Amino acid sequence: MMAAPLLQADGLVRHYRLRHGTFGHSAMVRAVDGLSLLLERGETLGLVGESGCGKSTTGRLLIGLERPDAGTINFAGETMPPEGHARWRRLRTRIQMVFQDPLGALNRRLTVGTQIAEPLDIHRLGCKSERAERVNVLLADVGLRPDHAARYPHELSGGQRQRAVLARALATDPDLIVCDEPVSALNVSIQAQVINLLADLKDRRRMAMIFISHDLRVVRQISDRIAVMYLGRIVEEGLSDLVLRDPLHPYSRALVSAVPVPGHRRERTILRGDPPNPAARPSGCAFHPRCPAALPLCAQIVPELRLSRNGTAGRLPHR
Amino acid sequence: MEPIVEIVDLRVAFDGLPVLHGVDLSIRRGESVGMVGESGCGKSVTWLAALGLLPQRARTAGSVRLAGEELLRAPASCLDKVRGGRIAMIFQDPASALNPVHKVGDQIAEVLRLHRGLERHAAKAEARRLFDQVGIPDAARRLDAYPHEFSGGQNQRIMIAMALAGRPDVLIADEPTTALDVTIQAQILELLQQIQRETGMALVLISHDLGIVGEVCERVLVFYAGRIVEEAPVDRLFAHPSHPYTRGLIGALPSLERPQRRLSAIPGVVPSAADLPSGCAFAARCELRVERCAQWAVELSSVSVDCGHKAA
Repeated sequence: MMAAPLLQADGLVRHYRLRHGTFGHSAMVRAVDGLSLLLERGETLGLVGESGCGKSTTGRLLIGLERPDAGTINFAGETMPPEGHARWRRLRTRIQMVFQDPLGALNRRLTVGTQIAEPLDIHRLGCKSERAERVNVLLADVGLRPDHAARYPHELSGGQRQRAVLARALATDPDLIVCDEPVSALNVSIQAQVINLLADLKDRRRMAMIFISHDLRVVRQISDRIAVMYLGRIVEEGLSDLVLRDPLHPYSRALVSAVPVPGHRRERTILRGDPPNPAARPSGCAFHPRCPAALPLCAQIVPELRLSRNGTAGRLPHR
Repeated sequence: MEPIVEIVDLRVAFDGLPVLHGVDLSIRRGESVGMVGESGCGKSVTWLAALGLLPQRARTAGSVRLAGEELLRAPASCLDKVRGGRIAMIFQDPASALNPVHKVGDQIAEVLRLHRGLERHAAKAEARRLFDQVGIPDAARRLDAYPHEFSGGQNQRIMIAMALAGRPDVLIADEPTTALDVTIQAQILELLQQIQRETGMALVLISHDLGIVGEVCERVLVFYAGRIVEEAPVDRLFAHPSHPYTRGLIGALPSLERPQRRLSAIPGVVPSAADLPSGCAFAARCELRVERCAQWAVELSSVSVDCGHKAA
């Protein structure tokens, strides 16, 4: 029998209640609406889509920061315990998260070294001298110098801060890191440094990663597989190069064709309209109002996720 | 052809700290020019200085001519005619550039009254035409809406309509799509190109993303630490980048089409204006550094005269 996958999510649903004004009627926002995914050890899955498609909520569900309203999450063969539970806290040594804004993720009043050691203190890993030694190793792993440990976050550049956040996430030697737009706030030259660092780390540590980003070029650089999300559901999933070279779903096709390519004036599919409002989800296939290939049937029936010739799965339009 | 904008040796200092070290550039009528570089490199400051939009503590020197007329020491009344009239500017965050408590139609009508002297009815009709031009459906009704009733992409369309209201010779678009989703970014870039074709205005696109600039513009200026380090037609720039910083930027750009490979990251960080090294500002991060880089800043010189490729 094959070993259990590292992470398995089945039919995840997360709804929020949104109230218009004090007495207004409330609306249901279906942020994640029936999402399943599988992640093997050491594998990187890129999660892409427009703002409001539920990428970040998915990330928060997967590390147990939020409870799904329905569906199950299994990590290394065990069900995800509720947040705050002792077993959840233990599990948190194996799953870490990195966010877009490193300054917001760091405490401005503590030195970088103290913050990198914090997960070790919280989970009581090693004695005091071992922890100090470990901080030095972690700093070196992310390309910072030992003297950076004594600095405060405001004394570091944006790229260095994101390295410090990464070092802290790596402190407990996790099996999985969920990265939510980790390089979006960085300048191009610094962005490339951090992407390379992430690629090296996942190779060296055989660590799995969920990489959430709106930038397909960045996602391709780091992911083995890509899942395209639209309004809380995965509409296409497959090996990075296959999905990006030959996207099946009309939405993935539009996303790929929207990526600017220097010196390349090509024909592109430009989607009409704006990213949809998750509080007013269209009936049937949620993409049909913007879809260049929509048929009358699309307004009624949600297409099933189907496997195609090369192992890519997509919710294909009705033929 | 005579350039519409000619900037010579433009220098800006904040509280005595120089941030722009002598920028020369010219924009021809109807051309599209991209300005790329990392945050703080002087792309935006160049235009804010040219239009007299910098705060009091900024000291500006050099020359900025619009169709031969000097703008830098021009009286406020003259600048008022230029800003929003002959040179219009749109920014990254349209929601904060629009006034949230006025109807968008009234905000456009104000520009039409100030710059084109249109009366109420004429202004309303023209505003409706502009809304149609920038692709906002149901223009007649939507003119009476407030900015918060529109999405981010639609607000940027409204900003573009407002910029077009003064019939500008030059539109400066400063990171116009950075806050937008990629599908909406594609819509806005398409719209800018279409309007440029229709009106014949010059377009200056400021962006940190070489990909966007490379797709929309004919000519690219690369900024680093307050200087232009390279200038070339777009195809030439990508095929034969000369300055090591430009090469670094192109190498650091992940691609959808190239075979997957490690990005060639530029080591280190951009020096801050307060502790700029002597000599070439890029020297500390440069692979081709030699001793004299620490002493001289290399001047922009022609790499290929016939296509206007210049590099430092």
